[in-house]
Amino acid sequence: MFEIKVNGETRQVDVDEDTPVLWVVRDELKLMGTKFGCGVAACGACTVHVNGSPTRSCQLRVADAVGLEITTIEGLQSAEAKAVQAAWQKHDVVQCGFCQSGQIMQAIGLLAENKKPTDEDIDSAMYGNACRCATYVRVREAIHEAAKMLEA
Amino acid sequence: MTTTHKDLDTSRRSFLKGAAALAGGALVVGFGPAGRVEAAAKAELVANPFVKITGDGRVVAIVKHVEMGQGTTTGLTTMIAEELDADWGQMDTEFAPADPATYGNKLMGGAQGTGGSTATPASFEPYRKAGATARDLLVRAAAEEWSVPAGEITVKDGVVSHASGKSAQFGELVARASTLTPTENPQLKSPDQFTKIGSETLPRRDSVSKTTGTAVFALDVRVPDMVVAVVARPPQFGATLKSVDDSETRKVKGVLDVKETPVGVIVYGKNTWAAIKGRAALTVEWDASKADLRSTDQMVAEYTAELDKPGNVARNDGDAAGTMKQAAKTVKADFVFPYLAHAPMETLNCVIKFDGTTAELWDGCQFPSLVQPSVARILGLKPEQVKINTVWAGGSFGRRATPTADYQSEAAHAVKAIDGKWPVQLVWTREDDLQSGYYRPLFVHRVEAGIDGDGKPLAYHHKLAGKSILIGTFFEQMLVKDGIDTSSVEGATTLPYQIPNLRVDVRNMTGGPPALWWRSVGHTHTAYSTEIIMDMMAEAAGKDPVAYREALLTEHPRHLGVLKLAAEKAGWGEPLQDGWGRGVAVHESFSSFVALVAEVSKTEGGDIKLERIVCAVDCGIAINPDVIRAQMEGGIGYGLGAVMRNKITLADGVVEQQNFPDYEPLRITDMPKIEVHIVPSTTSPTGVGEPGTPPAGPALANAIYAATGNRVTTLPMTDSGISFV
Repeated sequence: MFEIKVNGETRQVDVDEDTPVLWVVRDELKLMGTKFGCGVAACGACTVHVNGSPTRSCQLRVADAVGLEITTIEGLQSAEAKAVQAAWQKHDVVQCGFCQSGQIMQAIGLLAENKKPTDEDIDSAMYGNACRCATYVRVREAIHEAAKMLEA
Repeated sequence: MTTTHKDLDTSRRSFLKGAAALAGGALVVGFGPAGRVEAAAKAELVANPFVKITGDGRVVAIVKHVEMGQGTTTGLTTMIAEELDADWGQMDTEFAPADPATYGNKLMGGAQGTGGSTATPASFEPYRKAGATARDLLVRAAAEEWSVPAGEITVKDGVVSHASGKSAQFGELVARASTLTPTENPQLKSPDQFTKIGSETLPRRDSVSKTTGTAVFALDVRVPDMVVAVVARPPQFGATLKSVDDSETRKVKGVLDVKETPVGVIVYGKNTWAAIKGRAALTVEWDASKADLRSTDQMVAEYTAELDKPGNVARNDGDAAGTMKQAAKTVKADFVFPYLAHAPMETLNCVIKFDGTTAELWDGCQFPSLVQPSVARILGLKPEQVKINTVWAGGSFGRRATPTADYQSEAAHAVKAIDGKWPVQLVWTREDDLQSGYYRPLFVHRVEAGIDGDGKPLAYHHKLAGKSILIGTFFEQMLVKDGIDTSSVEGATTLPYQIPNLRVDVRNMTGGPPALWWRSVGHTHTAYSTEIIMDMMAEAAGKDPVAYREALLTEHPRHLGVLKLAAEKAGWGEPLQDGWGRGVAVHESFSSFVALVAEVSKTEGGDIKLERIVCAVDCGIAINPDVIRAQMEGGIGYGLGAVMRNKITLADGVVEQQNFPDYEPLRITDMPKIEVHIVPSTTSPTGVGEPGTPPAGPALANAIYAATGNRVTTLPMTDSGISFV
């Protein structure tokens, strides 16, 4: 039994210690916004925030997550989060949408650290988030848009 | 709001009686008699309930195609909203149930399925008609209610009104409208009256749910008592199970059961991690005696040798062989196209429930007409006893539609092996996805072209060798003639350029991994070889690649239109910086026309960077221009990633790629700037999901040649000595 803190709530889960947080939030806590794409930290679909930083939840064992603040897309509240989601909607970034929770979690992490990212900053921060629909042109546009919204 | 089968069945029966229906407080509209006039040839037009309006004024478009990102949910909803003069904010969508008689695709012989970029062209008339029929019912209901002539009533943005000052929301008219008989021939708008079709301001239907994590994909479906199943499959295609030791698996916490089934060894877990861990703990022996143990290197050598033999003739104009000898100059190249995985972001999965007499499936279901009978057969049911709930699909690129309904059939075996004790979510991991097949088949081409003294094409011979996607499937009878699978040669046989002597022939190869359509199917390879040879011919003729093509396309105005537009917008002919190169490609697929101009730069170290792509597309009437731009961006990106560095290879019959690190998807760092220009048109709309993909590879290759002098004919490009920034 492990006690972990997700979206501000303390939850107890009865799983093996090596269970990735990805499967804990999905299968035990029924928070389905965090997605499975590869299981080897090569696609970013499972990105959550751990103590505020974008983290691949497929590589974080539940035993190592005790005491950490985990935020999934369902628990977003920050100004950056609202701006990113609004910008994503304004630019109709999504296609199939399966990677987009992860893209959004990653983009929020970028804007929390860098208020005015350049294209190069965006490419470097978003490199690990694969989108097979190749929505990347709009990912860049939406991050610039969100930066503008936050400035206002 | 969910649509139940009962609602739809009720509405269908009512329609056959010729009346609109009030089903659970909703007005459900389709066409009855009017549709049936055309029904002899197009059975899908019989009473199809595509739109319902609820008492609270929501207009629900019932979408007969899967949404895998291509935007069809938005497109079909737009068609209804347009003719209904609804407000975009009141529109809602539901996916249609499996019911080919009602929701069949007229461009797929009436089968219910999504593919071939057909959703828009197949829906343009029925969805507008459904919207117009609903509008007419509302107008007549208002006329009765207000005792005014129907002709004086107007509808705008979801409000029905009359000059007398009376007005009503749609919901208020539902009850009365339901008592009326739908018109047989609703008046449709002419394109100049469109306000929503072609609009730049309608947001995608799925933007909000997919940016808040609330969109439910099959992987997110949870039904009570559901367990998760993963399958241990043979490592080689064609190998079979010899023995299994599951003692370690059964010790894994959360593993519930292990079963030997016709599709492999299935591990059932209380959760996904338990199933995955349990499978890893299996000790399985496979019998590879009947497996194909060739390596891809060996297959490429075998296929290439086949090109020396005569093939099945797919097109034969004039005398290519005879006139080749008279050519002033010839150009020739062999091309190698590797196996490719589709690798949609959401790995294959579905949920199935079976109670012995009925089954229920939750699936990002691309082809209900294949899935429903396949699942039924395994479970000993009739197709109509299998209910399919279609949910958002996390990409597909063709992979979710297989002639064998492969992963849904696995799910059926999984639930059958436990006698339906638990509902099962059958999940593929990314390793399963890359290693367990269906792929764009390996192809080799040889193209030789001869030009005359003026540089004009004289003779052209295109030979292909590869495995047919359709031969050996139930599509063979319908779609393969004289040994020609059109999906092997499309794009080569449809070459638009004026060439007097042209021959295309194909040798059908057998064995190896299962072959499947991959976003744009045969065009994935034919556009590449044809558009590179065209550049080689232009070079041999001493002509500019755009001007050379233009001169040969005078009888193909839509090819010419996109080519000229892309060239103009890209500033073709204007000088580029040192070390930069520009390449062009134009290709028709699925009746849409796309031309691309790609620009690349070369670093001091010789690496290639994609700088910009200018795209021109002619897909007839643009339903949702922004969706079209998105599909061009995405289709181009999909094509680029594949030609740059993707391949599936086999060693001793085993796939060598494991996960994304070995099958590196296109990354944001690879993505060039893309500009999309849409040719204004009043021609019937055609699809956009696939047509952006074919020209991406050759445009890039031609740009690389311009920048480096390296003509890449073996893919992926990284196998031909190209490295990318």
